[in-house]
Amino acid sequence: MILSEYQQEMLDGKYGKGKAMAMQILEAVGDSFEAQRMVPISRAHISLSAQDADVWFAEKMGGAGAVCAVPPTVNPGYCVDYFRSKGLLDEKAVAHMERTERAYRRLGAVMTYSCTPYLFGNIPHYGEVVAFSETSVTVYANSVIGARTNRESAASAMCAAITGFTPEYGMLLDENRRADILVEVQAEMRGDFDYALLGLLGKKIGKGVPVFQGLPRHISTEGLIQLGSELNVSGAYEMFHIVGVTPEAPDLKTAVGGRELKRHVVITREDLDQALEEFSPPLRSEVEFVILGCPHYNYDQLRQVARLLESGPAVVPVWIHTSSAVKDLAGRTGMEEALLEKGVELIPDTCVDEACCWKRLAGQAGVTDSPKASYYMRTFGVQMAVRDTESCIRWAQRGRVE
Amino acid sequence: MSQVFRCKRVSSGIVEGEALISQDAILFYYTDPATGVVTEDGHCLKGVSVKDKILIFPGGKGSSSVQADGMYRLDRDGSAPRALIVEELDTVLVSSAVVMEMPMVYHVEAGFYDRVKNGDWVRVDTEKLTVELVEKD
Repeated sequence: MILSEYQQEMLDGKYGKGKAMAMQILEAVGDSFEAQRMVPISRAHISLSAQDADVWFAEKMGGAGAVCAVPPTVNPGYCVDYFRSKGLLDEKAVAHMERTERAYRRLGAVMTYSCTPYLFGNIPHYGEVVAFSETSVTVYANSVIGARTNRESAASAMCAAITGFTPEYGMLLDENRRADILVEVQAEMRGDFDYALLGLLGKKIGKGVPVFQGLPRHISTEGLIQLGSELNVSGAYEMFHIVGVTPEAPDLKTAVGGRELKRHVVITREDLDQALEEFSPPLRSEVEFVILGCPHYNYDQLRQVARLLESGPAVVPVWIHTSSAVKDLAGRTGMEEALLEKGVELIPDTCVDEACCWKRLAGQAGVTDSPKASYYMRTFGVQMAVRDTESCIRWAQRGRVE
Repeated sequence: MSQVFRCKRVSSGIVEGEALISQDAILFYYTDPATGVVTEDGHCLKGVSVKDKILIFPGGKGSSSVQADGMYRLDRDGSAPRALIVEELDTVLVSSAVVMEMPMVYHVEAGFYDRVKNGDWVRVDTEKLTVELVEKD
């Protein structure tokens, strides 16, 4: 890889130890992928997780004096104010999140604490080169917006933010963005949840860049978010195309761009049903809680939940994870209060994958509309069956599966 | 006679140890840091420890932060593999190995995969860019 004079100076330590360390890591990554050069990024998003490795690395870089050239937005951790006010967080967990925040603030991060930065706070445009970690964010930016980012780790995105550069390889190059798997969807898509199920078919679709054909022309933002998010539960996808919908797929020929199609996969209703059956923990007769908002719910989804609850309140807790931007908006419109009256709480700035907040639900019968939430919460013993939002809310109104 | 195969380097180190082969992709989040034992249901290495092994596997998987966290905890608790030998690179696995300074190589010559078996003694040298199957007397 050939570095510019400025990049070489950064590597040599002219701009401080922190920038030099970040550049060393990026150079090793670039060399591994046989990148020819480093290119500037205009945006970054870091999958802050407040996990041990995350805090260790943020403190290590900050301790070496690194400050981000491109201030990154960050993923959720857990909302100390909310969980502490409920008496659900011990002092150790409080101190740990505060320590995480200090480490990121020192680096100059923008503390958005949301996994949907492409909806608020950090929205790239078509063709923009960015460094986004958080797999659901990466795939959305590439596929739905047509921005260019590799599937960064928290560390590599942080190094890109610190230096302002990323090695040019993978999804930054035209040829790797073309589709090489044709996925013909014969199933009729009935709603957003079906896109989550389609995303769960990663094993059947196979490794590569899929182009979906046969989907409706108008797909909701939420459906597109679900598809990308769940493709990264069942597999590892940087990008997908949908013919006639996503910007690099006006037609099948353009999406494929002369690349050889290595697979042709047909998806039927049976495949979607089977995906759910294989993935979801079994439903139990009782429902003791509902968790929604993985990825973070947007305002339209709050409205949908409110509409579903018009017929009566939830009798078991319903927690919705969302961004503080959406929660603020819901406060201003009266939506938050209306939901609260129906037994629904909005939790800002928090990821479902935070054991210190949610481990207490282990052993209870939960349901969620997010396969990803179910997948990650299993790691600390919380079992949630996966069903569409309508079913989750209906059962929350009864406390059981009818 | 030892056999030597060319490889490419991701992360530096000269180490040797016992080969452990996984047919499945690995997410280190699903290991027990105290023992190095793989805990993921349905994984071909479930119940097997990666500690001190030269771990041979197709590549990584999983979300963007948990891979690094799994590697970090294994390393912190002394249960990390000695080196990683992979077929396919992804940014998360590569940057995690670099940041954690865990030796890692890829693109090992095809003959290596025909010969290597679980328990073989393997030496990884990222200066010579070689992976060696060491014949033990």
